[in-house]
Amino acid sequence: MPRLLSFAVLLATWWIGSLFAGDAKLPPPPTVLTVMIAEARSGDLFFHLGVTLARVTLAFTLAMSLGAAIGYLMGRVRLADRLGDPWLILLLNLPALVVIVLAYIWAGLTEVAAIAAIAINKLPTAVVTLREGTRALEAALDEMATVFALPRWKKFRHVILPQLSPYIAAAARSGLSLVWKIVLVAELLGRPNGIGFEIGVAFQLFDIPLLLAYSLSFAAVVLLIETLLVQPFEARLSRWRPRAA
Amino acid sequence: MRLEVDIASKTFKSAAGEQHDVIAGVAFTLDAGEVGVLVGPSGCGKSTMLRILAGLDHDFQGRVSRPAGARIGFVFQEPRLLPWRSVEENVRLVAPLANEAKLSALFEILELKAHLNHFPGELSLGLARRVALARAFAIEPEFLILDEPLASLDVALAARLRDEIAMLMGGRSVITLLVTHDVDDAVRLGDRLFLLSPRPAQILADLPIRTPRGERGDAEIAAIKLDIMRRINGTPAKRDAS
Repeated sequence: MPRLLSFAVLLATWWIGSLFAGDAKLPPPPTVLTVMIAEARSGDLFFHLGVTLARVTLAFTLAMSLGAAIGYLMGRVRLADRLGDPWLILLLNLPALVVIVLAYIWAGLTEVAAIAAIAINKLPTAVVTLREGTRALEAALDEMATVFALPRWKKFRHVILPQLSPYIAAAARSGLSLVWKIVLVAELLGRPNGIGFEIGVAFQLFDIPLLLAYSLSFAAVVLLIETLLVQPFEARLSRWRPRAA
Repeated sequence: MRLEVDIASKTFKSAAGEQHDVIAGVAFTLDAGEVGVLVGPSGCGKSTMLRILAGLDHDFQGRVSRPAGARIGFVFQEPRLLPWRSVEENVRLVAPLANEAKLSALFEILELKAHLNHFPGELSLGLARRVALARAFAIEPEFLILDEPLASLDVALAARLRDEIAMLMGGRSVITLLVTHDVDDAVRLGDRLFLLSPRPAQILADLPIRTPRGERGDAEIAAIKLDIMRRINGTPAKRDAS
């Protein structure tokens, strides 16, 4: 209920804003909705959304699995940490635009270049978070697993993974929001489809209703994935924690 | 099956770089079916010794020979349960091959039947200790280590848990090593008592108790306790090592 209310407030603000700014700069909600429906009818909206989502899924999965593995290694092995740290700092502070442009120059305007560039942008934050999580692993539980001779896989699954899961969830959460932002830039600069491409087209034509229609559909999908997928997953992971009052 | 321990010395460096002697000569042997008790003041290095005996710490001078491949059941002082697994999962995880009937009997004796689906965070310390005990016994250990299993429990609860531990230890041919600072617990549960000096730990006396555990009368227990007290207080504490 509070969610609905805050959504209504947003809608009202937009509508009032459009009255002041004029239709040309900020079209009112019904205009945008009409465009949205038209784009959905023609199938364009779903096609571009699907393409963008596929890129997000691929880049996110790639960055998360690689980042988790590297972060775990750096948290456990001192030498790996020493070797990897300068690279990590470099990657963390490298602007996304630089990575994307360089990827397109070196690998061409290809799908591989786009996905790799998005993944590289997300990778370092996953590494840093998982490294922290690995450093915070309980030595006491490690000893318990050793004394009771738990097999390696069981130890990983029941002792280590549950301790890392809040860090994995945090990395996924922040990583996903990063990927949502960067994917559109990558599409704008070098892909012939996807939400980012459509927004580029709308920008060039100064077609503000089209721009808003695509942006808002994209935002709606992000919101849906966050509430239906990410949040229930987080709740499931922390169900053993005593509830906060 | 036999446990042979001969630790000549164990030192560790503190964060400030100072060297501390923790153990300065502890040697004993234990046979299967025997319950050895390490009795000593708090902080004398008992827990360090247990970590060495369990194979968690290899950085010491001396020799420890355990039966090769022996299953070790360890009841840690703080229960060290997995907070994200239920009581039952905590036990079954380390003992996947446990016999159902035995497991059920174990839960019954330790009064855990009603708590099998609870998470460790929902348990009192007394219950969490019981889960740790269940876990250690569930694997049918050949070498059982109990680190202060009755510490920080109120008197009545400690007495009950002590009886339960005695019941579980009876009829098993396990090498058992118990650590406690409580002389009463030591006399009621042990077959052989090793009195330890303050840090660095040395064995002051090795006292066998010949009467079987169940047949010790109050008078005998009191006599042994008196003997121990006399020995502990009669020996001047060695504090010259620091």
